[in-house]
Amino acid sequence: MTIDVSTFVGSYPFRYVPHPDPDALVRVLDREGIEQAWVGHLPSAFYRDPTSGNRELFTMLANAKRLRPVPAVRPDWPRWELALRDAANAGAPAVRAYPPQWGLGPHDASMRELAVAAGALGMCLILTVRFEDLRQRHAMDVAGDLTAAAIRSLARAGDVVRLVVTAAGREMIEEVHWGLTPAEQERVLWDFSWIWGPPEDQLAKLFRTIGSRRFVFGSQWPLRLVQNPRANLDLLPDDVRDMPLAELNHS
Amino acid sequence: MTAPLAGPSPLIDAHAHFYGDQSGRSDWNDLNAARFRAGDRIGITYHVASVLGSYGFSSPTYFPSPADVSAGNDVMLDIAARERRRVRMYVTVNPNHTEHALREIERCVARGAIGVKLLASRRADDPLLDPIAEVAGERHLPVLHHIWQHRRREWPSQEISDGGDLARLAARHPRTSFILAHIGGGGDYAHTFPAVVDTPNIFPDLSGSGVDRGMLDDAVAALGAARLLWACDLTIETGLAKLRALEVMGLSEDAIADIRWRNAVRLFPERAFAFEARDIAPMSARPAARAPRPA
Repeated sequence: MTIDVSTFVGSYPFRYVPHPDPDALVRVLDREGIEQAWVGHLPSAFYRDPTSGNRELFTMLANAKRLRPVPAVRPDWPRWELALRDAANAGAPAVRAYPPQWGLGPHDASMRELAVAAGALGMCLILTVRFEDLRQRHAMDVAGDLTAAAIRSLARAGDVVRLVVTAAGREMIEEVHWGLTPAEQERVLWDFSWIWGPPEDQLAKLFRTIGSRRFVFGSQWPLRLVQNPRANLDLLPDDVRDMPLAELNHS
Repeated sequence: MTAPLAGPSPLIDAHAHFYGDQSGRSDWNDLNAARFRAGDRIGITYHVASVLGSYGFSSPTYFPSPADVSAGNDVMLDIAARERRRVRMYVTVNPNHTEHALREIERCVARGAIGVKLLASRRADDPLLDPIAEVAGERHLPVLHHIWQHRRREWPSQEISDGGDLARLAARHPRTSFILAHIGGGGDYAHTFPAVVDTPNIFPDLSGSGVDRGMLDDAVAALGAARLLWACDLTIETGLAKLRALEVMGLSEDAIADIRWRNAVRLFPERAFAFEARDIAPMSARPAARAPRPA
């Protein structure tokens, strides 16, 4: 079963994105043979308080069973624990957080609390390294990328932590992975939406070195073409082509 | 034999690179093998490729010394001769060394080069590029120019040019075809389309690691399929993803064929590829693309 863990609905503040709505996403999943998507609310990454965005997300996805809502939880905001509890009660497989966009540094204590609390409730914490290539960003888009230090800090926060890191490149993945103990490494999954395929074959190299089971399918739709991660898998060399990805809870 | 992922129709990668032992990378042979492996899997008929000097080993990638330019072209000549069935070549030049650049064009075209590759050694609209563009026009050699989509400031390691810079050069050389490199290769492609729309001898290629949704739709809407070339550059998986996106955008078969290979056949010298002239509909005979659908 293929689950796209990195999709959004809603508009993006820095450029026009065509049809970022649930109906379009369901059609894309049908076309691409993807059974389920974990869906965030794109504007919420740029809201100071994501509460209203979460409400809108649940409303937008109310009639789309294959689209599982992934609300945002801002852990330095009052009563964030309630937002996390609401997400768990609604059956969310994960919650999202955007530390660079919210001005939270790599060792922010509240982020570590959120990672542990989400894990204790059986939810992953989804992190986004970047939304766009650095070279095309709007002059007002100055938050910067999520850092490897921030990911290492969260992976070390506790045994129950489960991170899904999206839109990372090869260098960041290697820096984080080899900067963690084997037990800590098991707490981090990566999507490969920004990892290069041939001829550099960075995805193949990562499958050989850190293992394919550290990776999940993610596209960053509607910002990026959903066809890209599938193309990357299709072009893997023979020795790694059939390696399994991580298994996710899809119920 | 597995069916090609992108189907059996011809497919020309108009922007590819190979490496040699002068590149300072111990895995240079693996990189070349991986390009052929992925190209065969997709169904790439021709890789039109260049070697960029020493790729930074003995002079900077985007400012290659004359010696490195020649050494890189020698590597590319060897690969093109050895892989005649599936490889064609650009001759790479550095316009800061005009006489050397013109000699390299003569030398490599005599041995089969079908286009000229310009990096980011000099701003595209600089008069130093004029003799190179002039020779390219006379010989029907398209000029593939490295482009940063929307130049808002200087960036290190390159003297970057954007669509506006290239449009000024192209306007001075209306007989010469310019391939604007990698709309997905960094910078804001949304700036590029209006910057070149009124310069009909500029043909953007679709390559680059960027796979922003809406980029292909905007390119087709602004410029039409007759001005776009499919290509991969350094990321072949994004090339395959873009082919699959083109298939679901609502383009006509003719429009897709133009982007996949026919525009390239029109731009490069006659008989550069082993296609029959009857395979290529004249530009005026092509039906218009249907309104694109988002991918």
